[in-house]
Amino acid sequence: MLSEGSSFMKGMVMGGLFCLLLSLLGTFSPISDSKTDSHHHHHVKAASKEELSRRFSDSQVQELNNQVQVYCVIMVQPKTLIYWATVIETWSKHCDKAEFYTSESSKALEAIDLKENDDWARLRKALKHAYENAGDMRWFFVAQPTTFAIIENLKYLILTKDPDEPFYLGKTMKSGELDYVAYDSGIVLSYEALKRLINVFQDESKCPEKGRALWKLSEDKQLAVCLKYTGVFAENGEDAHGKGLFNSRTVDSLIADSIKENPNDVVEGCCSDLAVTFSGMSPNQMHVMMFGVYRLRPYGHDFHDSLVFYPPEGSDND
Amino acid sequence: TAPKNLESRTRHVRETWAKHCFKTLYMSSAKSDFPTVGLNVSEGRDNLYWKTIRALQHIHQHHLDEVDWFLKADDDTYVIVENLNYVLSKHDPERPVYFGRRFAPFVSQGYMSGGAGYVLSKEALRRFIEGFTTGKCTHFSPIEDMALGKCMETMKVEAGDSRDVIGRQTFHPFPPENYVVPQLPRPQPWFLNYEYYKRLQGPGCCSDFAVSFHYITAVQMYVLEYLTYHLRPYGYKYRFN
Repeated sequence: MLSEGSSFMKGMVMGGLFCLLLSLLGTFSPISDSKTDSHHHHHVKAASKEELSRRFSDSQVQELNNQVQVYCVIMVQPKTLIYWATVIETWSKHCDKAEFYTSESSKALEAIDLKENDDWARLRKALKHAYENAGDMRWFFVAQPTTFAIIENLKYLILTKDPDEPFYLGKTMKSGELDYVAYDSGIVLSYEALKRLINVFQDESKCPEKGRALWKLSEDKQLAVCLKYTGVFAENGEDAHGKGLFNSRTVDSLIADSIKENPNDVVEGCCSDLAVTFSGMSPNQMHVMMFGVYRLRPYGHDFHDSLVFYPPEGSDND
Repeated sequence: TAPKNLESRTRHVRETWAKHCFKTLYMSSAKSDFPTVGLNVSEGRDNLYWKTIRALQHIHQHHLDEVDWFLKADDDTYVIVENLNYVLSKHDPERPVYFGRRFAPFVSQGYMSGGAGYVLSKEALRRFIEGFTTGKCTHFSPIEDMALGKCMETMKVEAGDSRDVIGRQTFHPFPPENYVVPQLPRPQPWFLNYEYYKRLQGPGCCSDFAVSFHYITAVQMYVLEYLTYHLRPYGYKYRFN
């Protein structure tokens, strides 16, 4: 009886230790083979005017301008229909290609129906579809319908970056050892980054479809883990002054904070002139943003920008 | 403005759009180091026309020759002064004319919304003062904008058209959200019934070179400042030039 009991106890202890080991491994961030990867800067900025004129002729800049095409991957659901409709009517018109991927179909709006309720599995399917349908597009912007994006400013940020290099940009956050790009402020992937990601999707041990560990990581962290295996690291998109270009909050919220923190310089202390995203705005606020960004301005101010972007065809609110 | 609003509202006017004015005066019931001009009035909506009359009299007495145009705005109005300059640049300040958001009722030539802000030419200000001096204009009503509009008509000051070249409004008595959102619920919201000019919802509501918005909170003042003067789409060739 006693020997059975002790075997049982040994079994329990072994089993418990084994489970503990498994769950620890599940959260363990893989050490990257950083020796082979020279791409370890963590901040990405747009090329300055001086840099542009130094490195490129006017016609070359124009060529870059024409080549930088953005494929917008917008993840929607019928339950957020009003936001979905607002994105269609507003900023997504400035994407070279805007594709809406839904968890289930809606009678009201058209989208690619992935028929998938699991958030991570759905994101994987959407990215796979985007990769397979990229055509000539070399840049991918993943957004949710509560994100508001200024695509021209995204293009300016990535203009001189080579999409055959792995870029994974946005607002970087930290979770333990893991640097990841926050979902709600938009995720930018170069063609090379997406290509490596699609490849690692096939490796169930590194990048399982049903998520890792006993508890589920959010999709943006899952994405970072998978990309890290392929040697691709999250980088923070910033302007020349080091201000973040990707924001997880609304303009109002950021301004409210700045009133407290920089009462004498509220607007300068707040947000970049060339911000790419804001998040969490209501549909009405998104319409106001379209007016505020693409139309409202003081008469007589001229910017001598190095690039030219034209308004989209058939649109009247920009 | 009023003493109780200086910290919560007027301070933010001073930090944002007032900086773009050639000269700014803050009119209140009490003099202060803000600085505010103390007028011989009480506070409150019923005294608003008295405050306006006293303010214009003060300006006529002390500042008439310093500038060509006189803008009256509230402490919750946001103004884009460059765009106001642009509207006024085509007009002669020696002519009797005033501009703002034109409302149709009560006054046959219409009158300008108080909250959206209105701007008087030098001659218009002279005639307003003359109206009160001669008794042709009186404080016949506490409704400031309508009563002033009646005085303007009596003194043969023209109610001008402040719309841009394609007919879009520049002065707005409400925040942008009230106008730019494409589908407003039927029936038409009450605030559109007063309008002198029609076609006012969705993208056609508001000029790119908008002059004013009203009912703007402190946070919204800085938001509008950011959207107007700072945040922009790089390299964008604006549709309307």
